[in-house]
Amino acid sequence: MTILVIAEHNNRELASATLNTLTAAQKIGSDIHVLVAGHECQGVAAAVAKISGVSQVLLSESPSYAQTLAEHLASLVARLGPDYSHILAPATTTGKNYLPRVAALLDVEQLSEVVEILAADTFKRPIYAGNALATVQTCAPIKVLSIRPTAFAPAAYGDHSAPIQNLAPEATPALSRVVAETQSSSDRPDLGSARIVISGGRGLQNSDSFQLLYQLADKLGAAVGASRAAVDAGYVSNDLQVGQTGKIVAPDLYIAVGISGAIQHVAGMKDSKIIVAINKDEEAPIFQVADYGLVGDLFELLPELERAL
Amino acid sequence: MKIMVAVKRVVDYNIKVRVRADQSDVDLSNAKMALNPFCEIALEEAIRLKEKGQASEVIAVSVGPSQAQEQLRTALAMGADRAILLETEAALSSLNVAKLLKALVDREQPQLIITGKQAIDTDNNQTGQMLAALAGYAQGTFASSLELQGEEVLVMREVDGGSQQVALQLPAIVTADLRLNEPRYASLPNIMKAKKKPLEVLQPEALGVALTSNLRVLRVEAPTERPPGIRVDSVAALVDKLKHEARVI
Repeated sequence: MTILVIAEHNNRELASATLNTLTAAQKIGSDIHVLVAGHECQGVAAAVAKISGVSQVLLSESPSYAQTLAEHLASLVARLGPDYSHILAPATTTGKNYLPRVAALLDVEQLSEVVEILAADTFKRPIYAGNALATVQTCAPIKVLSIRPTAFAPAAYGDHSAPIQNLAPEATPALSRVVAETQSSSDRPDLGSARIVISGGRGLQNSDSFQLLYQLADKLGAAVGASRAAVDAGYVSNDLQVGQTGKIVAPDLYIAVGISGAIQHVAGMKDSKIIVAINKDEEAPIFQVADYGLVGDLFELLPELERAL
Repeated sequence: MKIMVAVKRVVDYNIKVRVRADQSDVDLSNAKMALNPFCEIALEEAIRLKEKGQASEVIAVSVGPSQAQEQLRTALAMGADRAILLETEAALSSLNVAKLLKALVDREQPQLIITGKQAIDTDNNQTGQMLAALAGYAQGTFASSLELQGEEVLVMREVDGGSQQVALQLPAIVTADLRLNEPRYASLPNIMKAKKKPLEVLQPEALGVALTSNLRVLRVEAPTERPPGIRVDSVAALVDKLKHEARVI
C-alpha cells in the first residue's frame, strides 16, 4: 500500500495545505510518495524531501506544469496512479480543479473534502455544507481523496531527506493555456484563510456603513465578509459572501454584525472557533450559534468596539 | 453553436436539512426542492450567450428522479430551448453522472458545456471536471466570467488568493462560480411558454452506459452542536471575554 500525495506549490514555495494533506496521508499508511510537478522547481522538491513521513519524492519538470493546468497535471498523475492505493491532494481551488479529472481518467470515484480518516478505506466528509457528516467506505482499487486542509494539523519537517526521483513529463495535447494571473492586492487577509473575519448583513442598511466594518477589520487584521442578504441588497460584491453558496470559512474569530443567521449563512461559518454576534434583534437565530452575543444598535456598538480595541 | 447545461435538482438552499434518526441519510421528505444555485448561474450564462447571438441553442440536461422535470421546466422558463432528463431514482456518484452526460455529449455534440461548480447537497465539486476528462475536453472551473473568442473560450477563474484567466480550445467545459452572473427570475408568460417546449425523458440504460459504484455510505450524522454561548451586556465585556477567555484577540 503506497500513497501518492500531490504537492501544491508555485515552483518556488510549497503551499502549506500540502503539509495538512501529508498528515492525512500518515493516518492512512506509512509509505508516502509526493509528486512535485512544476517548472524549475527543484527547490520545492528538496523541501518536500525533508518533511517527516515522506519516503520518496517524484519530481517532474516541464514548462507545461508551470501553472498547474488541470489537463496536463491530471494526465501525469493518471499515468502514475495504477502504482498507488491512494492519491491525495489538498481541497484547495487547485486540487479541486485537477483531482476529479485524475479520478475520471483512472475510472474511479473520488471522495471530496475528507475531514477524518477512520480506516484506509473509510472516511468522513461533510455534505450539505457541513450540516451533515457522511461516513463513506470505498472499495475502489485506487482511492482518490481531496483533503480539507483545516481538518488536519500540518506535518512537520524532520531531519531526514527522502530520495528524489526524476520523472519524465507526460506529453499532453495543449487544450488550454493561461492568459493572465492576478493575485488579489488587498492589504487585508484573504477571506478563506484569515484568522479573524468580520461579516456584515442586511442590518448595515447600505454599502456606506460597510466602512465601519472595514475600519474595525483594519484594526484587527481581519478579512471582511457578508451575508447573502447584504450581497443581494447590493451593499457589497458577491466575492465577499460567506455561506453555503459563497465561501466556507473557519477562522479563529468570526464576528457577525447585523446578520440574522439564515441557515445558508450559518452553514458557511459555523466551524469558526469563536463566533460573536452583534444584532439589535435579540431573537435573531444567529445568537444560537454565537459564543458571545451582544444585543444592541450596531451603529453605536461598532465605533465603540473600534475604540475599545 | 450549441450549448449544453447540466443542472441538478437539490434541496432549496434555505432549508436546514436534518439527519434521519437511523443515520441512514438526511431526511428530505416534504423538503422544498429547487435548481442547484450554481446550475442556475450556469444556465443564465448560456442563455445570455444565446441572447448575444453567440449560441444557437441551449439544451438543459439533468440526471435525477422524475420530479427533476420541474427543475427542467424552470430551466425552459428561464430560456433554455429544450431539455433532456436522464431519469433515475438512484443517487449516482459524480463519476456515473459524468459518464451519462458524456453519452449525451456524444449524441448532441455541443461546443460548450456549462455546469455549476458543485451541487449543494453532496458538495462533491467533481462532475464538470470528470466530464471534461471523459470527453477529452479542456476545462475552466470556478468561472467568474466567460467570453467566446473564435475557436476558444476565455474563462476567468476564481482561485485561492486571486484569479486566473485561461483560454480553452472548444469544445470545452466551464463550471460556474457565484460571481459569473445573477440569474433571472422566469416571468409568468415564459413559464407558460415553457410548458410547450420539448422535454425528453430517457432511461440511462438507453444510453448503454454501465453504472457501477465502489462507494458505500455507512452513516450520515449531524455535526457536533456548538455549546450554548452567553450574552454580554457591553462592548467592554465583549472585548474582555475575547481577550481573556477566548484569547482570540
